[in-house]
This record gives sequence, structure tokens and C-alpha cells, in this order.
Amino acid sequence: MATPSATLPRAAAPREIPHDVSPGLWTLAWRRLSADRVGMVSLAIVVAFVVLMILSGTGLVAKDWAREVGVNYAPPSFVGADVEAGAPAAPAAPAASVSAGDWQSSIVDPLADVIAELKGTKRAAAPGAAPAEGGSVDPLADVMADIRAGKAAETAAPATADVRSATLPFGGDKWGRDVVAKTIKGSETSIFVGIAAALVATALGTLFGAVAGYYGRWVDDAFNWFYSVFNSIPYLLLILAFAAVLQQKGMLTIILILGLTGWTGVFRLIRAEYLKHKSREYVQAADAIGASNARRMFVHIFPNVSHVVLVQLSILVVGFIKAEVILSFLGFGVPVDVVSWGSMLNEAQNELILGKWWQLVAATVAMATLVTAFSLFTDALRDALDPKLKGLKGH
Amino acid sequence: MQRDSAPAGGEPLIQVRDLRISFRLGGDATFDAVKGVSFDIPNDSTVALVGESGSGKSVTALAILGLLPPENSIVDPRSRILYGGRNLVGLSGRAMRDLRGADISMIFQEPMTSLNPVFPVGYQLCEVLKLHRGLGQRAARKRAVELLDEVGIPEPQRRIDAYPSQLSGGQQQRVMIAMAIACEPKLLIADEPTTALDVTIQKQILDLVAELQKRHRMSVLFITHDLAVVGEIADRVVVMREGEIREQGSAKEVFESPRDSYTKALLQCRPALDRRPMRLPVIDDYMGDGRGPRHLDERPRGISPSDPVILDVRKLGKSFHVREGIIGRREFKAVSDVSFALRRGKTLGLVGESGSGKTTVGLTLMRLHEATTGEALFDGRDILSMSEREFMPYKRRIQIIFQNPYASLNPRFTVGQILTEPMLIHGIGDGARQRTDMVFELLGKVGLPDASFYKYPHEFSGGQRQRIAIARCLTLRPDILICDESVSALDVSVQAQVLNLLQDLQDEFRLSYLFISHDLAVVKYISDEVMVMNEGKVVEIADADTIYRHPREPYTQRLLSAIPKGWRGARAGA
Repeated sequence: MATPSATLPRAAAPREIPHDVSPGLWTLAWRRLSADRVGMVSLAIVVAFVVLMILSGTGLVAKDWAREVGVNYAPPSFVGADVEAGAPAAPAAPAASVSAGDWQSSIVDPLADVIAELKGTKRAAAPGAAPAEGGSVDPLADVMADIRAGKAAETAAPATADVRSATLPFGGDKWGRDVVAKTIKGSETSIFVGIAAALVATALGTLFGAVAGYYGRWVDDAFNWFYSVFNSIPYLLLILAFAAVLQQKGMLTIILILGLTGWTGVFRLIRAEYLKHKSREYVQAADAIGASNARRMFVHIFPNVSHVVLVQLSILVVGFIKAEVILSFLGFGVPVDVVSWGSMLNEAQNELILGKWWQLVAATVAMATLVTAFSLFTDALRDALDPKLKGLKGH
Repeated sequence: MQRDSAPAGGEPLIQVRDLRISFRLGGDATFDAVKGVSFDIPNDSTVALVGESGSGKSVTALAILGLLPPENSIVDPRSRILYGGRNLVGLSGRAMRDLRGADISMIFQEPMTSLNPVFPVGYQLCEVLKLHRGLGQRAARKRAVELLDEVGIPEPQRRIDAYPSQLSGGQQQRVMIAMAIACEPKLLIADEPTTALDVTIQKQILDLVAELQKRHRMSVLFITHDLAVVGEIADRVVVMREGEIREQGSAKEVFESPRDSYTKALLQCRPALDRRPMRLPVIDDYMGDGRGPRHLDERPRGISPSDPVILDVRKLGKSFHVREGIIGRREFKAVSDVSFALRRGKTLGLVGESGSGKTTVGLTLMRLHEATTGEALFDGRDILSMSEREFMPYKRRIQIIFQNPYASLNPRFTVGQILTEPMLIHGIGDGARQRTDMVFELLGKVGLPDASFYKYPHEFSGGQRQRIAIARCLTLRPDILICDESVSALDVSVQAQVLNLLQDLQDEFRLSYLFISHDLAVVKYISDEVMVMNEGKVVEIADADTIYRHPREPYTQRLLSAIPKGWRGARAGA
């Protein structure tokens, strides 16, 4: 082989020849994606959310989301401070969470009089349930003074010492926490859980699918059996079972739950891809040059199915963000001290009765925006990675 | 280029004038596929449109039928396709539809994909008759049986209710032809109708088309890349290249005294059965500065008993198990009792039709399939019974080049990665730098530019990809190279180049080839010894020249008689 032939005067200068590095699959896919306007806009939105999540995670944004900067149920600024209801009311929440605030601000609270009555009956000198017309006369002033004093003694937090504003840009929750900051903090949880769980599920599904599809025979049968059993259990029950086994509530738990239950779809697709690819000539050629099984599976076949994996990952992130919201809403999700969109929606459930719609709107808008953008991005990604598919769709 | 060729007393059936077609590539870029083509299709004659891939021959045919995809193709409005005084360019979809099927019909390359697999063939045939002829169910069925009978389907009464999958490839193509002639069209366009078929079936289909053409006095536009195929049936030949007509004229003129250098090259670069030059002429020999073909002296072939045997295969067998019912299994013998000896520096050609088990032999020797019985002695050791670990060093010495150059290279690897990987696995060369140097040396050897190192397979043409695949095998410095239909998917001119390359490499490294192909002319050219297989068994094995001159077995004789003889064999010889 090493016989130098006359046609080979190239011993001196290989490699330094000028060349253009040819665009690989990812470069080409990126070019197609950047030509897709909808895809780029949705990508920008998704990136913005992820950046927000990272900033919030590192404490640069919404660090003091828990600070009670506004009055309880502070309405959004564009709605304006509510002046109609004169009677400030004690929040319906447990007393421990009740904090001092500017009770002079008027809050719309249809239950105000009821609560006042209850409070009144407790005390001997009940002033009656009549709501005062002006802010100056406060029938509950002494009650509040008591509470305020007790609270101040408990926690001398500087936050509570601040003057609370009557309105917040997009409103406050029942403790007067800024809804925007809370939504950002909530997105941190929801997006992190969504992405992390999707990574776990995709990794599991890809690994199982690769092994099952590549080896076939009894390995495939075993995985399929496992998969079928897994898939035959109703999804929510499976999650509840996992939650019961894992005992503790927390972000890690919910990531594990979603990750361990969500791999089946990826598994099925990747298994089919591996079945298809393992008999392709390029894999046979790799076998012929002596590439090991692992090498054929992951060095040769994997790059050829990676676009499927990526699209599946993207779909799963959307699905898991929604799943986290649902689980937290139902109370199986994150613990009470962690805020997520799901727990916000859960709170909003009760608030709606009081007419406090802004927390619901904030969480819903944030979630809808992200999920829609992510779904559109997934579509664009699929088109960019598999242009043939789009061609078929176009006809 | 235009010549008046209409038979006396008639206007040509179709006149194509200055046809220009381009395709939108995205953005403002367009690609001119057909650049001002003019030719006639006379009444009652066969016109062959010959060209290699990318010549625009199929696009021209689709334009006549009005079947070009409207969203990305542009037909120049000044082009004219005249049929019976009407210009088919710019004709409305409705008018064109009435014309298609009734006056002009087409048969395609792949009969398997052209028939709807969920309907019986008779149903599909009746559909055509009802649609275009307005026949009732009973009449349509009666006519369908007649048509199936006419195209030579045995037992048409019974076969009319068969599903496409129950018919062989050749029979499916016959059904397609029956559908195409159902309405007695004036023009039948046949786009590579025999390319996907075995050589004996190809012969039958060609005969059928020729016979139908005469009987129905219709015209046939026969599109092919293989001049040899049309030599027997064409009245006129139009040679296209890169969207232009290089030459057109009567078949006699084109075959006997071609004027264009490209036509000459096309006629020469296909291996002939009666000559075996040292090197096959290639297009470049005729085009450009036109030095003309060199090294045309006869190459000696054949084996002598003194040649050392490198691979001794004894009683090789391979069975597959086909599931039948729920628990039943049936054994299917793909290969049984195959014995041969491959000699160092020689080529053993392995010929057979599809299903003959020739590819299975190759894959089993590579251990890509597990052999059921038999042994293969490589330097005296049986490579089939070795453990995977023991086989590793032998794996290096026996390599395979696959049929489809588009599928055998990993699309996500650069050429550099593809060629470095085998050396990495087998620990050839010290360090990345030396391996890279060796890759560049090999690229030069197989005739690819250095810059290929950084490119991906999809940036190369079929012939170039096959060179990459060959280079990949060479990185391991093998002793035996199995070529599994390695040139079958390539254009005639590219085929010649790759065959020359394989020959050069054999001369240089004394490689032994097991050359598997259904193409008897190619096998004849490259082989010292030829083995004919049918239904998993060896029919005949003999010296290449002997087997072609004096085939012993009836099957071999039948196979050889089906080879398209081109102009010389069919007419001059007759």
C-alpha cells in the first residue's frame, strides 16, 4: 500500500490545503431554522424564558419574590387602588402568615364584613358589621393593632417595616407579594422541572430504545414487555404510586416522577429508528471494518437519529411543564414553600371567588406564552431537521 | 441539430421545439435542467432518449405529459410541444388530463411503487378503462383479461384478481404496460422500464414493448441510460447530456457512425462482451482535449492452477427461518452447498439473478450473516468458525464494497472521519498525523481532491462516493475485496471509471476480488473466473472466456442470450 506511485506527489504538504469546512447537519438545520420567522420568534421567547429562569435561579432577578411589597391582594396599577371597600379585612389565611401592612388601603373583599363579624363575635366589644364609609374610622383598628404588635415582635424583618404600596404593577397575591416576581420565580420551578424531567425521560427512552432496537431478539422482547406493562398503568395512578414510594415532596421528586414515567414515547420512536438503521449499509460497513457494537450504536447510528431525539426532547419539555403545573395544581407537585405556576393556579382557585383575578392571569399568560412558543419552536425545529417532511406537508 | 425525419407522408406525432425547463432552487436561484431541446417523435416508431443522470431526459418526458411539479418547475412559455397541431405547453390541467392515459401514457421504472398495493391488479386496470373509455364493469373486466393476456400474463382469468405483491417484478411491469396501452395511446413513454429488472426479464419486457409498438402502430419514447438496451428496438436515437441534445439521428447513424464525441464515448465505455481492453475508455478520453482512449490492447484473463488460493470456500450454506403461522417455522435455504476457490490477485465473478443468493454468499463470508454450514479457509484457517476476537485480524484482510454508494457512507461523518475510523479501530498508523497523511494518500489514489477530506458524503456524486467507499476498504490494506453490485447503481461512464480504478488497484496491490453482479458484461470484463448461481446453488463455474464462449448449462445459456447486444449484436450481427 505504501508504494509511492507517480500520481502521488503529496508527501510534503497535506492538511494545509485551503478548504471550506462543509456545513454539517446542524449548520444546515440552523440555516433553515433561521429562515423560519415563526420559529425564530418562538425561539427568542423560549430563550427569554430560559434566561429568566437562570437569572432567577442565580438570584439576580426576583430574588425577594417572597417580600410582601404591596398590600394584601394589591390590585394591578392599571386597575387602580380600590377605594370602594372601606373595610379592610383580615386575610383568610392562617394568622402566622398575616403580616403587618397598610390596612388603610382599600381592598375589594366581599367577605370583609363576614370576617369582621366573626372577629367581632370573638371580642366582647364588637363594633358591629357595618362597613365604615371613610378610611378614618376603622372598627377593627384595635384588633389590627394587636396583630401588628404580635407580628412585629415575632419577626423584625425589614421588609415588613417598609411602607406597602396600595397597588403593584400587575397586582399582588394574598400576602401582598408582587405577582410578577412570583410568576418569574414560578417559571424557574416550572421550566427547570420541565427541562430536567425531559432530559431524564429522553435519556432513558433513548438508551432503552437504542439497546432494544439494536440488539433485537430477546433483549427487544424484554424491553417491550417492560414497556407494555409500564404503559398499561393509568398515568396519574403511576405518578401517585411513585410519589407515595418516594415519600418526600420536592423538586427532585417531581423530576424523577416525570422522568421515570415519561420515557415510553421516546423509547418507542428510538427503538423503531434503531431497528431501521441497524440494517442500513453504512452500519454493515461499520461492522465490516470492525467497529464494536457500542461504537455502531452510539458513534454511527446515534448521530443519525439525534434529530428525532432532539424533537422528542422538545415535545417532552412542553408536556412536562404542563404536567408539573397539573401536579402542583392537584397538590402532588412541589411543596408549599416553593412557588410554581401550578401552585399559583391553585391559589388563584380560591382568589377568584374574591374577584382577584391577576394571579390567575399572570400564571396563565406566562404558561400559555411559553408553551405556545415552545410548541411552535418544536414544529420549526422538526421542519428544519427534516426538510423532506415539510415538503410532503406542502403538497 | 434538427433533422427532417418524419416518415414519408406524415407529420410527426410529436414535435418538441426549443424546450427549456428550469427548476427553482429556493431563493432566486434556478437550475436549467433542459436547455433548448428540439426533436420529433414520428408516427409508428420508437425513439430512444438516452442520457446519464442529470441529462434532463426524464424531465423532458414529464414535460410532454405535463407532469412536472408546478410549484418548482418553470417551462419557458416560448417552448413548444406540438401534438396534432396543439401546443401542449401551457395547456390547461383538464385538457392535459384527458390527453394523458387516452392519447399519451407512461410506464415507470419501479413497477412495485407504481401499482397500488391494496387493490387487485384487475381492479386498477378496470379503473383505467372505465375512466377513459367509459366501459361498464362487465365490459371493462373482459377487456382487462384480454389486455393481461396480450402482455403475456399467464392465466389472466385467475391473475386478474391477484394483488400486486402476488406478482413478480416482471409481471408487475407487464401489468403496468397493460394499463398504459389499455386506451390504445398514440404515444407510450417508457421511463427506464427495465432498469429495476433482471436481465432475462429485461429481455422479455423489451421484446414485449417492441411487439406492442408494431401491433398497435403506436410510437414509443424509450428513456434509458443504457445505449445497449435501445440498440435492439430504437428507430431513432436522441442523446442528451446536461440538458442539451448532443446528437440525434436514426439508430443506424448513431450506432455506426456517431459524430459527437460524447456519443462515441458512451458507446465505448460500456464493457463489450467480445473485447477486453487493459482499461475501459472513459468520457474524458473523448471530451475536452480528446486524446482518445489509450491502453486498448487486450488484457489477458483466466487462471492457472499454479495461482495460490487465498480463500477456499467449501460447502457454504445459509438458511433463514421464516415464521409461518403462530409457532410454525419454515427453513428457507438462501445458499446451499456453495464451494469455490478465490486465487490471489485474481477476480472471481459471481453472477445470478435476484434471489439467487449471490449477495448472501458475500455477506456470509464477511460474517455479516452467520453461516449455517460449511467453511471458508483463509490462509488455511476457517474464518467462519472463529470467535469474534480471533476474527478481528482477518476482518481487516477481507473487506466489502456495497451496492448503494448513497447508503453505505454514514451521512454524519466527514470523509476524513470515514477514512480514519477503520485505521483507528485496527490500530493502523501511529497517531492522528500519520493516519491523516495516509488518508490524503488514499484520496489521491482513488482520484479525489484533497479538499474532500473535510466534506460530507452528500456533497459527492454517486461515482465519487463509491471511490470513498473503496478508499475506506483500502485503509485496512485488505487482501480480499468483495464487491457487491458495486458499480450497478452508477452511470455507464462512471461505471467505467470505477472499474478502471478497481483494475488499477488490483494491478498495484494484487488484490483478490469477489465481484458480485447481475450485469454479465461487467462481470465478463473484470473477471478471471466466473461462477453462475441460481436459487442458492452454483450452476456453473469456469474460466471467464470459456463460460461466455461455451456455456455448458442451459441456465447459463439462457442468461447469456438475454444480454442486450446493442446495435452490433442485434442488427449488424444478425
